[in-house]
Amino acid sequence: MLEVSNLACSRGDHLLFSDLNFSLSAGELLQVQGANGSGKTSLLRTLCGFMMPVAGEICWRGQNIRELGNTFYAEMIYLGHLNAIKDELNALENLRISAGLAGCKVDDKQVIAALRRMGLRGRETLPVKVLSQGQRRRVALARLLLSNASLWILDEPLTALDVGAVGLMQELIGEHLLSNGMVIYTTHQPLEVVGVATRWLALS
Amino acid sequence: MVPWFSWSAAILFVVGLYVSFFVAPTDSQQSEAYRIMFIHVPASILSMFIYLVMAGYAALGLIFNTRLSSMMASALAPTGALLAFLSLWTGALWGKPMWGAWWVWDARLTSELILLFLYLGFIALHASIDDPRRADRASALLAIIGSVNVPIIYFSVQWWNTLHQGATVKFTGTSMHVAMQQGMYTMLLAVWLYAIAVSLLRVRCIILERECKAQWVSELVEVRR
Amino acid sequence: MNKLSLIGLLSLVIRRDLVLAMRRRADVLTTLIFFVIVVSLFPLGVGPEMDMLRKMAPGVVWVAALLASMLSLGRMFSADYLDGTLEQMMLVPQSLSALVLAKILAHWMVSGLPLVIMAPVLGLQFDMSAQALWVLIAALLLGTPILSMIGAVGAALTLGLRGGGALVSLLVLPLCIPVLIFGAGAVEAVVSGTSAGSHLALLGALLLVALVFTPWVTALALRISME
Repeated sequence: MLEVSNLACSRGDHLLFSDLNFSLSAGELLQVQGANGSGKTSLLRTLCGFMMPVAGEICWRGQNIRELGNTFYAEMIYLGHLNAIKDELNALENLRISAGLAGCKVDDKQVIAALRRMGLRGRETLPVKVLSQGQRRRVALARLLLSNASLWILDEPLTALDVGAVGLMQELIGEHLLSNGMVIYTTHQPLEVVGVATRWLALS
Repeated sequence: MVPWFSWSAAILFVVGLYVSFFVAPTDSQQSEAYRIMFIHVPASILSMFIYLVMAGYAALGLIFNTRLSSMMASALAPTGALLAFLSLWTGALWGKPMWGAWWVWDARLTSELILLFLYLGFIALHASIDDPRRADRASALLAIIGSVNVPIIYFSVQWWNTLHQGATVKFTGTSMHVAMQQGMYTMLLAVWLYAIAVSLLRVRCIILERECKAQWVSELVEVRR
Repeated sequence: MNKLSLIGLLSLVIRRDLVLAMRRRADVLTTLIFFVIVVSLFPLGVGPEMDMLRKMAPGVVWVAALLASMLSLGRMFSADYLDGTLEQMMLVPQSLSALVLAKILAHWMVSGLPLVIMAPVLGLQFDMSAQALWVLIAALLLGTPILSMIGAVGAALTLGLRGGGALVSLLVLPLCIPVLIFGAGAVEAVVSGTSAGSHLALLGALLLVALVFTPWVTALALRISME
């Protein structure tokens, strides 16, 4: 489904990596590894189309993502370093808006169910600014539950999460893979999903 | 190429200045003061022309993602700004004896001033972005917007001007003396060649700076020395 | 799950930006107060002769509106850029230009519209006639959206840069000159007894041109800045 061939990326004048090849098909999990500054985030941002690759191409269902544009964006969800949630709004409003931006219409019941699943029961209508870092991350991760995208691109999804939430993430990823989803993520913490062989991609 | 252009520019400068100061006759209405025109007019013409060339290069760089044309655009900007400034400065010097004021809110003067602002905006934007690729692309977009805006600005200023104070003093281009024309054209050519020479020199520096890691740069004789 | 239509998306973005602005009211008020103060300073600077003030009024109000709109430009994209929302907006499976247009509209409602409403009160300070005040409102209604649109391009180009605030003014102000000329010209035409129609028509034309091109250019600038 997702094929990357001969990809090269640079940040400023500095070449991060070149000749990167991998592909990902339904139900597969790919973990991107590498030291700080090896270009993990740049790789994910290139996959999202934010950055233009220096060379090579990224194809989704056999077509270049630059040409696909919105069709590709409708099938993927990206979770960056930044949570993309607004301090002034509460968790419910935040999720309703981000689901709307992703192109899905959701009702409050679904949002509340997603928040409860992420362990935020009773905090749905609190302004996000009173939540802790880990709780904010949970709000951001709840977006995954509300989207029907098949490709998840997660940049350090586990930062600031406690053990319970990490377990929950493993569960979520497992479910997503079972329903023929795909996940690419970067992490420094070990993440093991039961029943799925994790593939590794090492950047040096 | 650079020495060729700079030498011919220098020779033409000397010839042009000689013609304009010694050969061209004294103007019947403006006496000697009109001679400043020999610098003023070429500077103004080129400052506008360079903006268009710069926007053209910028557009090429943006559309086809060619690095050299973006570098060319950023090399042209300082020369253009310098010429715009020169044209305003000499214009003021010329205006004082002719119109009795250093500055008149005439349509051409105002547009030239705005052109200078556009150049400064381009340079400032390019300078404040650290990533060279983003700097090239962002300032290219600005240059294109500017070039689309220049005619609008020019006409609006002209319209505003006629509304405010009626007709201003205009340089009535009555039959110019042949020597005057020759002097003017020589100077125009000289400034033109100067602009090319300086821009090429600058783009050379930019290329060397940007590609300092590439193999061929370190093999250059001058760098090794 | 249902798909969200383009119109639904636009109204979602506009509503979101308005709610955010309401929860951060101080920012909106600062712009408005700045506008009022700048206009009120002019009589103090040039003296209280009513004849001169009446003549200056259109220009003063317009220049102050221009400066006030510069002040609020920084907010248009920077908050979304800093917390990552802008990244998400670029992944919206709809046209980015449309989304940018929604953001510009919301920005105008928050920072442009209050200026339009406030302007007649300030015009009274300068003893403008009722007819001139109406034309002033009409001109501002047509002109301030253009300022927001041109400003959006500048804000997108200077996203995340050091000293972005001063830089954006340097980039945007020269481009806003036609708006200033026609806007102030319309009011002056009425004051001096001729019709303001042609000025307003030109402003309207500029508005249409800006409406067509600036969202697209801003989207392009955002893509460049996000890289």
